[in-house]
Amino acid sequence: MSAEMVDLLLKALGETIRMVVVSMIAATIAGVPLGVLLVTTARGQILECLPLNRVLAGIVNAVRSVPFIILMVAIIPFTRLVAGTSIGTTAAMVPLTIASIPLIGRQVETALKEVPYGLVEAALALGATPMQIIRRVYVPEAMPGIIAQLTTVVITLVGESAMAGAIGGGGLGDLAIRYGYQRFRPEVMLATILVLIILVQLIQFAGNRLAKQLNKK
Amino acid sequence: MIELSHIEKVYDGPDGPVTALRNIDISIDRGEIFGIIGLSGAGKSTLIRCINLLERPTGGRVVVDGQDLTAMPPSELRKARKKIGMIFQHFNLLSSATVYENVAFPLRLDNMPENEVREKVEKLLHLVSLDDKTNQYPSQLSGGQKQRVGIARALASEPQVLLCDEATSALDPQTTKAILALIRDINRELGLTVVVVTHEMNVIKDICDRVAVIENGVITEMGPVLEVFTKPQRPMTKEFISVVMSNELPVAFRDQEISPTPFPGSKLLVRLTFLGESADEPVIAGLIRQYPVEVSILYGNIDHIKDTPYGRLLVGIEGTPEAVEQAMAYLRARDLEIEVIGYVR
Repeated sequence: MSAEMVDLLLKALGETIRMVVVSMIAATIAGVPLGVLLVTTARGQILECLPLNRVLAGIVNAVRSVPFIILMVAIIPFTRLVAGTSIGTTAAMVPLTIASIPLIGRQVETALKEVPYGLVEAALALGATPMQIIRRVYVPEAMPGIIAQLTTVVITLVGESAMAGAIGGGGLGDLAIRYGYQRFRPEVMLATILVLIILVQLIQFAGNRLAKQLNKK
Repeated sequence: MIELSHIEKVYDGPDGPVTALRNIDISIDRGEIFGIIGLSGAGKSTLIRCINLLERPTGGRVVVDGQDLTAMPPSELRKARKKIGMIFQHFNLLSSATVYENVAFPLRLDNMPENEVREKVEKLLHLVSLDDKTNQYPSQLSGGQKQRVGIARALASEPQVLLCDEATSALDPQTTKAILALIRDINRELGLTVVVVTHEMNVIKDICDRVAVIENGVITEMGPVLEVFTKPQRPMTKEFISVVMSNELPVAFRDQEISPTPFPGSKLLVRLTFLGESADEPVIAGLIRQYPVEVSILYGNIDHIKDTPYGRLLVGIEGTPEAVEQAMAYLRARDLEIEVIGYVR
Protein backbone atom coordinates (compact mmCIF):
# COMPACT_ATOMS: atom_id res chain seq x y z
CA MET A 1 0.00 0.00 0.00
CA SER A 2 1.30 3.41 -0.93
CA ALA A 3 2.18 6.18 1.48
CA GLU A 4 -0.67 8.14 -0.04
CA MET A 5 -3.07 5.41 0.98
CA VAL A 6 -1.75 5.34 4.52
CA ASP A 7 -2.30 9.08 4.71
CA LEU A 8 -5.84 8.72 3.44
CA LEU A 9 -6.55 5.96 5.95
CA LEU A 10 -5.16 7.95 8.85
CA LYS A 11 -7.13 11.03 7.83
CA ALA A 12 -10.34 9.00 7.52
CA LEU A 13 -9.70 7.31 10.86
CA GLY A 14 -9.24 10.72 12.43
CA GLU A 15 -12.52 11.92 10.97
CA THR A 16 -14.38 8.84 12.16
CA ILE A 17 -12.99 9.18 15.66
CA ARG A 18 -13.82 12.86 15.75
CA MET A 19 -17.41 12.25 14.64
CA VAL A 20 -17.92 9.39 17.06
CA VAL A 21 -16.32 11.08 20.07
CA VAL A 22 -18.05 14.44 19.68
CA SER A 23 -21.47 12.93 18.89
CA MET A 24 -21.11 10.46 21.72
CA ILE A 25 -20.31 13.16 24.27
CA ALA A 26 -23.15 15.39 23.10
CA ALA A 27 -25.63 12.51 22.95
CA THR A 28 -24.62 11.24 26.39
CA ILE A 29 -25.18 14.65 27.93
CA ALA A 30 -28.76 14.60 26.66
CA GLY A 31 -29.37 10.86 26.59
CA VAL A 32 -28.51 9.97 30.18
CA PRO A 33 -31.00 12.44 31.69
CA LEU A 34 -33.53 11.21 29.14
CA GLY A 35 -33.02 7.63 30.32
CA VAL A 36 -33.28 8.71 33.93
CA LEU A 37 -36.56 10.51 33.18
CA LEU A 38 -37.93 7.52 31.28
CA VAL A 39 -37.47 5.42 34.41
CA THR A 40 -38.31 7.88 37.16
CA THR A 41 -41.47 9.36 35.65
CA ALA A 42 -43.07 5.92 35.16
CA ARG A 43 -45.96 4.70 37.32
CA GLY A 44 -45.15 4.26 40.99
CA GLN A 45 -41.75 5.90 40.54
CA ILE A 46 -40.07 8.69 42.47
CA LEU A 47 -40.97 11.40 39.94
CA GLU A 48 -44.15 9.79 38.61
CA CYS A 49 -45.55 11.87 35.78
CA LEU A 50 -47.31 9.73 33.23
CA PRO A 51 -48.00 12.42 30.59
CA LEU A 52 -44.30 13.35 30.44
CA ASN A 53 -43.34 9.69 30.41
CA ARG A 54 -45.62 9.00 27.45
CA VAL A 55 -44.44 12.04 25.50
CA LEU A 56 -40.76 11.13 26.01
CA ALA A 57 -41.36 7.50 25.08
CA GLY A 58 -43.25 8.66 21.97
CA ILE A 59 -40.42 10.94 20.83
CA VAL A 60 -37.84 8.24 21.48
CA ASN A 61 -39.78 5.72 19.43
CA ALA A 62 -40.39 8.20 16.64
CA VAL A 63 -36.72 9.14 16.23
CA ARG A 64 -35.61 5.54 16.51
CA SER A 65 -37.98 4.40 13.80
CA VAL A 66 -36.30 6.60 11.17
CA PRO A 67 -33.34 4.87 9.48
CA PHE A 68 -30.17 6.88 10.02
CA ILE A 69 -29.49 7.67 6.38
CA ILE A 70 -32.99 9.14 6.05
CA LEU A 71 -32.79 11.02 9.34
CA MET A 72 -29.51 12.56 8.21
CA VAL A 73 -31.08 13.98 5.06
CA ALA A 74 -34.41 14.85 6.66
CA ILE A 75 -32.91 17.13 9.29
CA ILE A 76 -30.57 19.02 6.98
CA PRO A 77 -32.26 22.40 7.74
CA PHE A 78 -31.74 21.78 11.47
CA THR A 79 -28.15 20.70 10.84
CA ARG A 80 -27.49 23.92 8.94
CA LEU A 81 -28.92 25.87 11.84
CA VAL A 82 -26.70 24.17 14.39
CA ALA A 83 -23.47 23.57 12.47
CA GLY A 84 -23.74 26.47 10.03
CA THR A 85 -23.34 24.03 7.15
CA SER A 86 -25.02 20.88 5.97
CA ILE A 87 -21.96 19.13 4.59
CA GLY A 88 -18.69 17.93 6.06
CA THR A 89 -17.55 16.14 9.19
CA THR A 90 -18.90 18.74 11.59
CA ALA A 91 -22.29 18.73 9.94
CA ALA A 92 -22.41 14.93 10.17
CA MET A 93 -22.11 15.15 13.95
CA VAL A 94 -25.55 16.74 14.24
CA PRO A 95 -27.61 13.83 12.88
CA LEU A 96 -25.27 11.36 14.59
CA THR A 97 -26.02 13.06 17.89
CA ILE A 98 -29.75 13.30 17.27
CA ALA A 99 -29.95 9.61 16.35
CA SER A 100 -27.95 8.55 19.42
CA ILE A 101 -29.88 10.49 22.07
CA PRO A 102 -32.98 8.26 22.06
CA LEU A 103 -30.81 5.18 21.71
CA ILE A 104 -28.81 6.16 24.79
CA GLY A 105 -32.05 7.06 26.55
CA ARG A 106 -33.43 3.56 26.02
CA GLN A 107 -30.14 1.89 26.92
CA VAL A 108 -29.77 3.89 30.12
CA GLU A 109 -33.41 3.13 30.92
CA THR A 110 -32.68 -0.59 30.58
CA ALA A 111 -29.64 -0.31 32.83
CA LEU A 112 -31.51 1.68 35.50
CA LYS A 113 -34.38 -0.78 35.54
CA GLU A 114 -31.92 -3.41 36.71
CA VAL A 115 -31.53 -1.53 39.98
CA PRO A 116 -33.78 -3.31 42.52
CA TYR A 117 -36.60 -1.04 43.63
CA GLY A 118 -35.85 -2.08 47.21
CA LEU A 119 -32.77 0.16 47.11
CA VAL A 120 -34.91 3.10 46.11
CA GLU A 121 -37.31 2.33 48.95
CA ALA A 122 -34.46 2.08 51.43
CA ALA A 123 -33.29 5.53 50.32
CA LEU A 124 -36.83 6.91 50.54
CA ALA A 125 -37.14 5.49 54.05
CA LEU A 126 -33.92 7.34 54.93
CA GLY A 127 -35.44 10.60 53.77
CA ALA A 128 -33.63 11.00 50.45
CA THR A 129 -35.00 13.43 47.84
CA PRO A 130 -35.70 12.21 44.30
CA MET A 131 -32.54 13.97 43.05
CA GLN A 132 -30.46 12.32 45.78
CA ILE A 133 -31.90 8.95 44.84
CA ILE A 134 -30.98 9.49 41.19
CA ARG A 135 -27.46 10.68 41.98
CA ARG A 136 -26.61 8.39 44.87
CA VAL A 137 -28.62 5.26 44.16
CA TYR A 138 -29.71 4.86 40.55
CA VAL A 139 -26.66 6.13 38.71
CA PRO A 140 -23.90 4.53 40.81
CA GLU A 141 -25.78 1.23 41.12
CA ALA A 142 -26.46 1.07 37.39
CA MET A 143 -23.02 2.34 36.33
CA PRO A 144 -21.60 -1.01 35.16
CA GLY A 145 -24.76 -1.56 33.10
CA ILE A 146 -24.70 1.99 31.75
CA ILE A 147 -21.08 1.61 30.64
CA ALA A 148 -21.86 -1.69 28.93
CA GLN A 149 -24.83 -0.13 27.14
CA LEU A 150 -22.90 2.99 26.14
CA THR A 151 -20.20 0.79 24.64
CA THR A 152 -22.82 -0.64 22.32
CA VAL A 153 -23.91 2.86 21.37
CA VAL A 154 -20.32 3.87 20.51
CA ILE A 155 -20.07 0.88 18.21
CA THR A 156 -23.40 1.73 16.61
CA LEU A 157 -22.04 5.24 16.06
CA VAL A 158 -18.96 3.90 14.29
CA GLY A 159 -21.33 2.10 11.94
CA GLU A 160 -23.61 5.09 11.40
CA SER A 161 -20.68 7.42 10.84
CA ALA A 162 -19.86 5.35 7.77
CA MET A 163 -23.01 6.75 6.19
CA ALA A 164 -21.86 10.28 6.84
CA GLY A 165 -20.05 10.07 3.54
CA ALA A 166 -23.41 10.74 1.92
CA ILE A 167 -23.25 14.33 3.13
CA GLY A 168 -19.51 14.69 2.67
CA GLY A 169 -18.70 13.81 6.24
CA GLY A 170 -15.66 11.76 5.39
CA GLY A 171 -14.45 8.99 7.65
CA LEU A 172 -13.57 5.36 7.11
CA GLY A 173 -16.91 4.33 5.59
CA ASP A 174 -16.69 7.11 3.07
CA LEU A 175 -13.15 6.08 2.16
CA ALA A 176 -14.19 2.48 1.63
CA ILE A 177 -17.06 3.47 -0.65
CA ARG A 178 -15.21 6.06 -2.71
CA TYR A 179 -11.87 4.33 -3.11
CA GLY A 180 -12.63 0.71 -2.45
CA TYR A 181 -15.92 0.44 -4.30
CA GLN A 182 -16.23 3.27 -6.82
CA ARG A 183 -12.55 3.24 -7.88
CA PHE A 184 -12.23 -0.55 -7.81
CA ARG A 185 -9.44 -0.69 -5.25
CA PRO A 186 -10.15 -3.79 -3.19
CA GLU A 187 -6.99 -3.31 -1.10
CA VAL A 188 -8.40 -0.02 0.21
CA MET A 189 -11.69 -1.71 1.02
CA LEU A 190 -9.85 -4.46 2.87
CA ALA A 191 -7.64 -2.03 4.78
CA THR A 192 -10.64 0.06 5.91
CA ILE A 193 -12.52 -3.00 7.03
CA LEU A 194 -9.50 -4.14 9.01
CA VAL A 195 -9.15 -0.75 10.68
CA LEU A 196 -12.87 -0.75 11.52
CA ILE A 197 -12.66 -4.23 13.03
CA ILE A 198 -9.69 -3.28 15.17
CA LEU A 199 -11.38 -0.05 16.23
CA VAL A 200 -14.57 -1.82 17.30
CA GLN A 201 -12.61 -4.51 19.13
CA LEU A 202 -10.72 -1.87 21.07
CA ILE A 203 -13.92 -0.04 22.02
CA GLN A 204 -15.59 -3.25 23.20
CA PHE A 205 -12.51 -4.29 25.14
CA ALA A 206 -12.24 -0.95 26.90
CA GLY A 207 -15.98 -0.91 27.67
CA ASN A 208 -15.98 -4.43 29.09
CA ARG A 209 -13.02 -3.70 31.22
CA LEU A 210 -14.44 -0.53 32.67
CA ALA A 211 -17.80 -2.16 33.35
CA LYS A 212 -16.13 -5.05 35.08
CA GLN A 213 -14.02 -2.76 37.22
CA LEU A 214 -17.09 -0.86 38.39
CA ASN A 215 -19.13 -3.96 39.12
CA LYS A 216 -18.92 -4.82 42.82
CA LYS A 217 -21.72 -7.36 42.79
CA MET B 1 -45.31 6.74 69.96
CA ILE B 2 -47.04 5.34 66.89
CA GLU B 3 -50.77 5.79 66.39
CA LEU B 4 -52.42 4.12 63.46
CA SER B 5 -56.09 5.01 63.25
CA HIS B 6 -58.60 3.57 60.80
CA ILE B 7 -55.91 2.65 58.30
CA GLU B 8 -57.32 1.51 54.96
CA LYS B 9 -55.38 0.50 51.89
CA VAL B 10 -57.13 -0.23 48.63
CA TYR B 11 -55.19 -1.11 45.48
CA ASP B 12 -56.38 -0.93 41.91
CA GLY B 13 -56.16 -4.54 40.86
CA PRO B 14 -56.74 -5.91 37.38
CA ASP B 15 -60.20 -7.07 38.47
CA GLY B 16 -61.24 -3.95 40.32
CA PRO B 17 -60.14 -2.58 43.68
CA VAL B 18 -58.43 -4.92 46.15
CA THR B 19 -58.58 -4.13 49.85
CA ALA B 20 -55.21 -4.86 51.45
CA LEU B 21 -55.89 -3.32 54.86
CA ARG B 22 -59.19 -2.66 56.53
CA ASN B 23 -59.87 -0.37 59.47
CA ILE B 24 -56.65 -0.93 61.37
CA ASP B 25 -56.20 0.70 64.75
CA ILE B 26 -52.94 0.16 66.57
CA SER B 27 -51.30 2.20 69.25
CA ILE B 28 -47.66 1.43 69.96
CA ASP B 29 -46.02 2.72 73.12
CA ARG B 30 -42.62 4.36 73.37
CA GLY B 31 -39.83 1.83 73.97
CA GLU B 32 -42.03 -1.13 73.16
CA ILE B 33 -41.24 -3.98 70.76
CA PHE B 34 -44.42 -4.59 68.83
CA GLY B 35 -44.88 -7.60 66.58
CA ILE B 36 -47.17 -8.02 63.62
CA ILE B 37 -47.58 -11.60 62.45
CA GLY B 38 -49.47 -12.99 59.50
CA LEU B 39 -49.22 -15.30 56.53
CA SER B 40 -47.76 -13.97 53.31
CA GLY B 41 -50.33 -11.83 51.58
CA ALA B 42 -52.13 -11.01 54.81
CA GLY B 43 -51.08 -7.37 54.52
CA LYS B 44 -48.45 -7.22 57.23
CA SER B 45 -45.73 -5.76 55.01
CA THR B 46 -48.16 -3.23 53.60
CA LEU B 47 -49.08 -2.28 57.14
CA ILE B 48 -45.51 -1.66 58.35
CA ARG B 49 -44.78 0.32 55.18
CA CYS B 50 -47.75 2.52 55.99
CA ILE B 51 -45.96 3.63 59.15
CA ASN B 52 -43.29 5.54 57.19
CA LEU B 53 -45.62 6.06 54.25
CA LEU B 54 -43.61 3.99 51.78
CA GLU B 55 -47.18 2.90 51.13
CA ARG B 56 -49.62 5.73 51.46
CA PRO B 57 -52.81 4.45 53.09
CA THR B 58 -55.98 5.29 51.17
CA GLY B 59 -57.70 6.12 54.43
CA GLY B 60 -56.88 6.83 58.05
CA ARG B 61 -54.11 8.61 59.90
CA VAL B 62 -50.54 7.75 60.80
CA VAL B 63 -49.18 9.68 63.76
CA VAL B 64 -45.58 9.11 64.82
CA ASP B 65 -44.21 10.94 67.83
CA GLY B 66 -47.14 13.33 67.81
CA GLN B 67 -46.74 14.26 64.13
CA ASP B 68 -49.39 13.37 61.59
CA LEU B 69 -47.33 11.97 58.70
CA THR B 70 -50.36 11.59 56.45
CA ALA B 71 -50.92 15.36 56.48
CA MET B 72 -47.33 16.39 55.73
CA PRO B 73 -45.94 17.95 52.57
CA PRO B 74 -43.09 15.91 50.97
CA SER B 75 -40.21 17.89 52.47
CA GLU B 76 -41.60 17.56 56.01
CA LEU B 77 -42.24 13.88 55.44
CA ARG B 78 -38.60 13.36 54.42
CA LYS B 79 -37.50 15.01 57.64
CA ALA B 80 -39.87 12.85 59.68
CA ARG B 81 -38.66 9.70 57.91
CA LYS B 82 -35.13 10.31 59.13
CA LYS B 83 -36.46 9.64 62.61
CA ILE B 84 -37.91 6.31 61.51
CA GLY B 85 -35.27 3.72 60.67
CA MET B 86 -36.14 0.69 58.59
CA ILE B 87 -34.52 -2.65 57.83
CA PHE B 88 -35.58 -5.06 55.13
CA GLN B 89 -35.76 -8.76 54.36
CA HIS B 90 -33.32 -8.39 51.47
CA PHE B 91 -31.19 -5.79 53.25
CA ASN B 92 -31.36 -3.33 50.33
CA LEU B 93 -27.74 -2.23 50.57
CA LEU B 94 -26.01 -0.38 47.75
CA SER B 95 -23.92 -3.00 45.97
CA SER B 96 -21.64 -0.33 44.52
CA ALA B 97 -20.80 1.10 47.94
CA THR B 98 -18.64 -0.27 50.75
CA VAL B 99 -19.96 -1.07 54.21
CA TYR B 100 -18.66 2.31 55.34
CA GLU B 101 -20.34 4.18 52.48
CA ASN B 102 -23.62 2.38 53.04
CA VAL B 103 -23.75 3.42 56.67
CA ALA B 104 -22.58 6.94 55.75
CA PHE B 105 -25.35 7.22 53.12
CA PRO B 106 -28.04 8.80 55.34
CA LEU B 107 -25.50 11.15 56.94
CA ARG B 108 -24.21 12.38 53.60
CA LEU B 109 -27.77 13.13 52.50
CA ASP B 110 -27.67 15.91 55.07
CA ASN B 111 -24.20 17.04 54.00
CA MET B 112 -22.67 16.20 57.34
CA PRO B 113 -18.94 17.12 57.41
CA GLU B 114 -16.82 14.11 56.51
CA ASN B 115 -14.91 13.98 59.82
CA GLU B 116 -18.20 13.78 61.73
CA VAL B 117 -19.45 11.14 59.32
CA ARG B 118 -16.34 9.07 59.95
CA GLU B 119 -16.67 9.29 63.70
CA LYS B 120 -20.33 8.33 63.61
CA VAL B 121 -19.96 5.48 61.13
CA GLU B 122 -17.14 3.98 63.15
CA LYS B 123 -19.25 4.09 66.28
CA LEU B 124 -22.19 2.45 64.50
CA LEU B 125 -20.05 -0.27 62.95
CA HIS B 126 -18.67 -0.98 66.37
CA LEU B 127 -22.19 -1.22 67.79
CA VAL B 128 -23.11 -3.89 65.23
CA SER B 129 -19.69 -5.62 65.57
CA LEU B 130 -18.51 -4.97 62.03
CA ASP B 131 -15.42 -2.88 62.76
CA ASP B 132 -13.30 -5.16 60.59
CA LYS B 133 -15.55 -5.02 57.51
CA THR B 134 -15.43 -1.27 56.92
CA ASN B 135 -14.05 -1.35 53.41
CA GLN B 136 -15.70 -4.51 52.13
CA TYR B 137 -18.53 -4.55 49.62
CA PRO B 138 -21.89 -6.11 50.53
CA SER B 139 -21.27 -8.99 48.11
CA GLN B 140 -18.38 -10.06 50.34
CA LEU B 141 -20.58 -10.33 53.43
CA SER B 142 -22.83 -13.07 54.83
CA GLY B 143 -26.56 -12.49 55.23
CA GLY B 144 -26.25 -11.74 58.92
CA GLN B 145 -23.45 -9.26 58.31
CA LYS B 146 -25.49 -7.55 55.60
CA GLN B 147 -28.39 -7.14 58.01
CA ARG B 148 -26.00 -5.66 60.57
CA VAL B 149 -24.98 -3.09 57.99
CA GLY B 150 -28.69 -2.47 57.39
CA ILE B 151 -29.21 -1.91 61.11
CA ALA B 152 -26.23 0.44 61.37
CA ARG B 153 -27.53 2.41 58.40
CA ALA B 154 -31.02 2.58 59.90
CA LEU B 155 -29.61 3.88 63.18
CA ALA B 156 -27.33 6.49 61.61
CA SER B 157 -29.77 9.39 61.79
CA GLU B 158 -30.63 8.51 65.41
CA PRO B 159 -34.22 7.47 64.83
CA GLN B 160 -36.75 6.93 67.59
CA VAL B 161 -38.47 4.13 65.76
CA LEU B 162 -37.05 1.06 64.02
CA LEU B 163 -39.24 -0.77 61.52
CA CYS B 164 -38.21 -4.35 60.76
CA ASP B 165 -39.86 -5.71 57.62
CA GLU B 166 -39.25 -9.48 57.70
CA ALA B 167 -35.72 -8.60 58.75
CA THR B 168 -34.74 -12.14 59.68
CA SER B 169 -36.78 -14.08 57.13
CA ALA B 170 -33.84 -14.55 54.79
CA LEU B 171 -31.48 -15.68 57.55
CA ASP B 172 -30.71 -19.08 59.06
CA PRO B 173 -31.89 -19.83 62.62
CA GLN B 174 -28.57 -19.06 64.36
CA THR B 175 -28.13 -15.79 62.51
CA THR B 176 -31.76 -14.93 63.23
CA LYS B 177 -31.09 -15.36 66.94
CA ALA B 178 -28.04 -13.11 66.80
CA ILE B 179 -29.85 -10.39 64.87
CA LEU B 180 -32.86 -10.54 67.23
CA ALA B 181 -30.51 -10.25 70.20
CA LEU B 182 -28.97 -7.18 68.57
CA ILE B 183 -32.38 -5.60 67.97
CA ARG B 184 -33.29 -6.27 71.58
CA ASP B 185 -30.08 -4.70 72.86
CA ILE B 186 -30.67 -1.64 70.72
CA ASN B 187 -34.22 -1.41 72.02
CA ARG B 188 -32.94 -1.47 75.59
CA GLU B 189 -29.87 0.69 75.26
CA LEU B 190 -31.24 3.35 72.96
CA GLY B 191 -34.85 3.17 74.12
CA LEU B 192 -35.96 2.69 70.54
CA THR B 193 -39.53 1.78 69.71
CA VAL B 194 -39.40 -1.28 67.47
CA VAL B 195 -42.04 -2.65 65.11
CA VAL B 196 -41.40 -6.14 63.79
CA VAL B 197 -43.26 -7.77 60.92
CA THR B 198 -42.75 -11.49 60.53
CA HIS B 199 -44.34 -14.80 59.69
CA GLU B 200 -42.20 -16.59 62.28
CA MET B 201 -43.73 -17.03 65.70
CA ASN B 202 -40.24 -17.54 67.13
CA VAL B 203 -39.39 -13.92 66.40
CA ILE B 204 -42.49 -12.74 68.24
CA LYS B 205 -41.79 -15.08 71.14
CA ASP B 206 -38.16 -14.03 71.51
CA ILE B 207 -38.38 -10.26 71.47
CA CYS B 208 -41.89 -8.81 71.35
CA ASP B 209 -43.87 -7.26 74.17
CA ARG B 210 -47.15 -7.14 72.29
CA VAL B 211 -48.35 -8.77 69.12
CA ALA B 212 -51.05 -8.22 66.55
CA VAL B 213 -52.23 -11.06 64.34
CA ILE B 214 -53.28 -9.96 60.88
CA GLU B 215 -55.53 -12.02 58.59
CA ASN B 216 -56.72 -10.83 55.19
CA GLY B 217 -55.95 -7.22 56.01
CA VAL B 218 -57.73 -7.21 59.35
CA ILE B 219 -56.28 -7.39 62.85
CA THR B 220 -57.92 -10.43 64.39
CA GLU B 221 -56.11 -10.58 67.67
CA MET B 222 -53.91 -8.19 69.60
CA GLY B 223 -52.44 -8.10 73.07
CA PRO B 224 -49.42 -8.88 75.24
CA VAL B 225 -47.48 -11.78 73.73
CA LEU B 226 -47.90 -13.86 76.89
CA GLU B 227 -51.65 -13.53 76.75
CA VAL B 228 -52.00 -14.24 73.06
CA PHE B 229 -49.72 -17.26 73.47
CA THR B 230 -51.56 -18.77 76.37
CA LYS B 231 -55.12 -17.87 75.35
CA PRO B 232 -55.22 -17.74 71.58
CA GLN B 233 -58.73 -17.07 70.30
CA ARG B 234 -58.55 -17.70 66.58
CA PRO B 235 -57.63 -20.91 64.75
CA MET B 236 -54.97 -18.99 62.78
CA THR B 237 -53.33 -17.77 65.97
CA LYS B 238 -53.37 -21.27 67.39
CA GLU B 239 -51.70 -22.52 64.26
CA PHE B 240 -48.94 -19.93 64.51
CA ILE B 241 -48.39 -20.81 68.13
CA SER B 242 -48.32 -24.52 67.45
CA VAL B 243 -45.11 -23.94 65.50
CA VAL B 244 -43.29 -22.94 68.68
CA MET B 245 -45.42 -24.88 71.13
CA SER B 246 -46.47 -28.26 69.85
CA ASN B 247 -50.04 -29.20 70.66
CA GLU B 248 -49.75 -32.63 69.20
CA LEU B 249 -50.23 -35.64 71.39
CA PRO B 250 -47.41 -38.14 71.83
CA VAL B 251 -47.48 -40.84 69.15
CA ALA B 252 -48.82 -43.49 71.53
CA PHE B 253 -52.15 -41.66 71.92
CA ARG B 254 -52.60 -40.32 68.45
CA ASP B 255 -54.49 -43.29 67.02
CA GLN B 256 -56.52 -43.94 70.15
CA GLU B 257 -60.04 -42.90 70.65
CA ILE B 258 -60.30 -40.18 73.26
CA SER B 259 -63.30 -40.61 75.47
CA PRO B 260 -64.97 -37.67 77.21
CA THR B 261 -65.96 -39.95 80.13
CA PRO B 262 -63.88 -42.23 82.33
CA PHE B 263 -63.89 -45.99 81.81
CA PRO B 264 -62.19 -48.79 83.76
CA GLY B 265 -58.43 -48.53 83.50
CA SER B 266 -58.52 -45.12 81.81
CA LYS B 267 -56.35 -42.12 82.56
CA LEU B 268 -57.19 -38.48 82.09
CA LEU B 269 -54.91 -36.53 79.75
CA VAL B 270 -54.38 -32.97 80.90
CA ARG B 271 -52.13 -30.29 79.45
CA LEU B 272 -50.74 -27.86 82.03
CA THR B 273 -49.09 -24.55 81.22
CA PHE B 274 -47.00 -22.88 83.89
CA LEU B 275 -46.27 -19.22 83.53
CA GLY B 276 -43.76 -17.00 85.28
CA GLU B 277 -43.94 -17.50 89.07
CA SER B 278 -46.18 -20.54 88.90
CA ALA B 279 -43.40 -22.35 87.10
CA ASP B 280 -41.59 -22.59 90.45
CA GLU B 281 -44.45 -24.30 92.33
CA PRO B 282 -44.11 -28.07 92.95
CA VAL B 283 -47.58 -28.79 91.58
CA ILE B 284 -47.09 -32.40 90.52
CA ALA B 285 -45.46 -33.36 93.84
CA GLY B 286 -48.41 -31.83 95.71
CA LEU B 287 -50.83 -33.74 93.53
CA ILE B 288 -49.30 -37.12 94.20
CA ARG B 289 -48.81 -36.51 97.89
CA GLN B 290 -52.36 -35.37 98.61
CA TYR B 291 -54.52 -37.58 96.39
CA PRO B 292 -54.57 -41.30 95.64
CA VAL B 293 -53.70 -40.86 91.98
CA GLU B 294 -50.89 -41.96 89.67
CA VAL B 295 -49.44 -39.16 87.60
CA SER B 296 -47.35 -39.90 84.54
CA ILE B 297 -45.55 -37.16 82.66
CA LEU B 298 -45.98 -37.81 78.93
CA TYR B 299 -44.42 -34.69 77.47
CA GLY B 300 -42.84 -31.57 78.84
CA ASN B 301 -40.77 -28.54 77.89
CA ILE B 302 -39.61 -25.29 79.39
CA ASP B 303 -39.05 -22.12 77.35
CA HIS B 304 -39.18 -18.35 77.55
CA ILE B 305 -41.58 -15.84 76.08
CA LYS B 306 -39.37 -12.79 75.94
CA ASP B 307 -38.18 -12.87 79.57
CA THR B 308 -41.00 -14.85 81.16
CA PRO B 309 -40.33 -18.54 81.74
CA TYR B 310 -43.10 -20.93 80.90
CA GLY B 311 -43.37 -24.68 81.07
CA ARG B 312 -45.75 -27.09 79.47
CA LEU B 313 -46.58 -30.58 80.67
CA LEU B 314 -48.80 -33.24 79.30
CA VAL B 315 -49.75 -35.55 82.17
CA GLY B 316 -51.91 -38.63 82.54
CA ILE B 317 -53.85 -38.89 85.82
CA GLU B 318 -54.98 -42.35 86.83
CA GLY B 319 -57.22 -43.30 89.81
CA THR B 320 -60.82 -43.70 90.87
CA PRO B 321 -63.17 -41.19 89.26
CA GLU B 322 -63.54 -39.41 92.60
CA ALA B 323 -59.79 -39.16 93.15
CA VAL B 324 -59.28 -37.81 89.62
CA GLU B 325 -62.05 -35.32 90.22
CA GLN B 326 -60.34 -34.11 93.41
CA ALA B 327 -56.99 -33.94 91.72
CA MET B 328 -58.48 -31.75 89.00
CA ALA B 329 -60.02 -29.47 91.61
CA TYR B 330 -56.58 -29.14 93.19
CA LEU B 331 -55.02 -28.23 89.83
CA ARG B 332 -57.74 -25.70 89.05
CA ALA B 333 -57.06 -23.95 92.33
CA ARG B 334 -53.42 -23.39 91.27
CA ASP B 335 -52.21 -20.55 89.09
CA LEU B 336 -52.01 -22.54 85.85
CA GLU B 337 -53.56 -22.91 82.45
CA ILE B 338 -55.34 -26.25 82.23
CA GLU B 339 -56.59 -27.97 79.13
CA VAL B 340 -58.45 -31.25 79.63
CA ILE B 341 -58.01 -33.50 76.61
CA GLY B 342 -59.96 -36.61 77.62
CA TYR B 343 -59.66 -40.17 78.82
CA VAL B 344 -57.43 -42.68 77.10
CA ARG B 345 -56.32 -46.18 77.80
